[in-house]
Amino acid sequence: MKAYKCFRILGWDFTITPTRFVLTGLVLLMAATVVLRLLTGFQYVTNLTDETPWGMWIAFDVMCGVALAGGGYSTALLVSMFRYEKYAVVARGALLTSLLGYILVMAGLFLDIGQWFNFWRPFVSWGYTSVLFEVFWCVSIYTTILSIEFFEIITERVLTKQLHRYIVRILPVLVVIGLVFPVMHQSSLGGLFLIMKERMFPLWWSEFLPLYFLMSSFFIGSAMVAVETSLAKTAYGHEIPHHIMVELTRVGGRIMIIYLLMKIYDLFTMDQWGYVFQGSLQSNMYCAEMLFGIIIPIMIIFSPLARSKTGLLTYAWLTVLGVIFNRLNCVFTSMYESGAYFPGIGEFIVSMGLISLGVLIYCFLVENFNIIGNERAVQIKIDKDKDIKNLIWALLKRKKR
Amino acid sequence: MAVLVDITKCIGCESCSVACKLYNELDFKSKPRNGADELDDNRWTVIQQHTTRKERIRFVKKQCLHCKEPACASACFSKAIQKDEKTGAVVYYPDLCVGCRYCLVACPYAIPKYQWDKQFPQVAKCQMCESRLEHGDAPACVSACPTGALTSGSRDELLAKAHQIIASDSRYVNHIYGEHEVGGAEWLYISDVPFEELGFKQVSDTPVTQYTKNYLSKVPGMAAAWALFLAGLTYYNHRCDKNKKSDDDKK
Repeated sequence: MKAYKCFRILGWDFTITPTRFVLTGLVLLMAATVVLRLLTGFQYVTNLTDETPWGMWIAFDVMCGVALAGGGYSTALLVSMFRYEKYAVVARGALLTSLLGYILVMAGLFLDIGQWFNFWRPFVSWGYTSVLFEVFWCVSIYTTILSIEFFEIITERVLTKQLHRYIVRILPVLVVIGLVFPVMHQSSLGGLFLIMKERMFPLWWSEFLPLYFLMSSFFIGSAMVAVETSLAKTAYGHEIPHHIMVELTRVGGRIMIIYLLMKIYDLFTMDQWGYVFQGSLQSNMYCAEMLFGIIIPIMIIFSPLARSKTGLLTYAWLTVLGVIFNRLNCVFTSMYESGAYFPGIGEFIVSMGLISLGVLIYCFLVENFNIIGNERAVQIKIDKDKDIKNLIWALLKRKKR
Repeated sequence: MAVLVDITKCIGCESCSVACKLYNELDFKSKPRNGADELDDNRWTVIQQHTTRKERIRFVKKQCLHCKEPACASACFSKAIQKDEKTGAVVYYPDLCVGCRYCLVACPYAIPKYQWDKQFPQVAKCQMCESRLEHGDAPACVSACPTGALTSGSRDELLAKAHQIIASDSRYVNHIYGEHEVGGAEWLYISDVPFEELGFKQVSDTPVTQYTKNYLSKVPGMAAAWALFLAGLTYYNHRCDKNKKSDDDKK
């Protein structure tokens, strides 16, 4: 195993790889766009209009970011509450992903608000009739709690042992609070859409929307943990036993079945089968979302296919993309009228930059603190050409059989 | 304060939209952002021309309806939109606005618009000339209307008047748009052509704020129950560990 060049500056490890150069470039590009956006408003950076006042930053960065960060709370729930201790190996990684997710979500939200110098208003001017008010408070509190929870890992290395002891002592309280708030605001993100009943395409609107968002954040959580561990495996060579990952994702799979049943129940009670097979853009998008994001993943995860690594990874990616697709549908497709909106370059640059920033911080932290498998990670060098050749060979061999 | 719009009397002269721009100091030169007869941040009211199925032309004044249960005000998380108790106007306070645009997506009629080309954009919508209402005057557009298509007064009186007009003249459609739509509005419309033909959105009578209210009223209880359950579970787990430890010690 070859490792990448690693610089030690003031005792911190900085690994330099070509990919990270590109990511840093993207972050710098984003920084420039952000300055432009904050100084000139929306006109040069986004394609937002009165018809689609919420664009990519809300639908992708915020809605999907929060959903993806669901891995933190769903793993914490299983590990520290329901005592699935064998899943504990993924807990720290999931916690970190959640924290980064939330910080990036807050950054995305900040960029999306018009009078950004007023961001603190809801702390004093309480619009308690709004679901967004609940989301705002929960996200703020939860990010604080995640930071303190994560502080436990930081204090292992920095600061005094004494502080670490205190953090460990209040940890159970933090875990309980840290499980109440994400559940509240994952559901309230769905609740945001309740008021849009007259604006949304009927297939996506339901009184159960808060519950749908909560459930989907739970199963995207475990799927995301699977995706993340597989990515961390290629980069850091750290592997988590396959059967643990299968069991973990199957917990999500069960929730997914309930989700599907509730969706079908909704179709009956609100008499919407007509819309499903209408053949319009919306109904096709809905069918695609249900088929590829829910039905096929369920079939994969509860069949022997899940025992193979590719099977599990297919499930995980389909689920992750399926939930992202659902969030985009709720924001765009369901309110589609003339379809004038497509994200502008600026919106893409900022979204890419935020993700790159997240990846960079993730890499720095796992290399300097005990996170993946409770030890410090070192990125291994992979010979990409060789890897791709091997992959193609493996696929060809399988087909021959 | 409410306004009754009699669509049969409107000749589409646009006096109302000019009065609106003058009174609210909106930009006369701005290019229409969403089409010439659509609302935008400099057009708080517009006149839309419709040709009915019987080839007749009707003019419909469009502006904020000032709902009785305004979705925009309920959606605002910093109370930047509030319904004035005294006048009934749904008023926007830019100082409190964060700029999240939830009001734009929450409004069932898609009325609020945004200043997309400003450095620090604000929401733009009809304020029902709230400062005029406070002094007992009618909104600028109503005062400017030369044909009597717009009348202002208390909502109950205007409703009674509208019912009387409909009952006495068989040409009118037996429906007052704004009486029950999403919980009712301060702006009421009567017409001799079915409202569907005039571009009026068909909405249910349930206020959309009802769904949010139902949901939010359940949240504190659910959250408390969930927190209690988790705390109990933590305690239970803690006891299990303790018992296990003492058992191990005995061995």
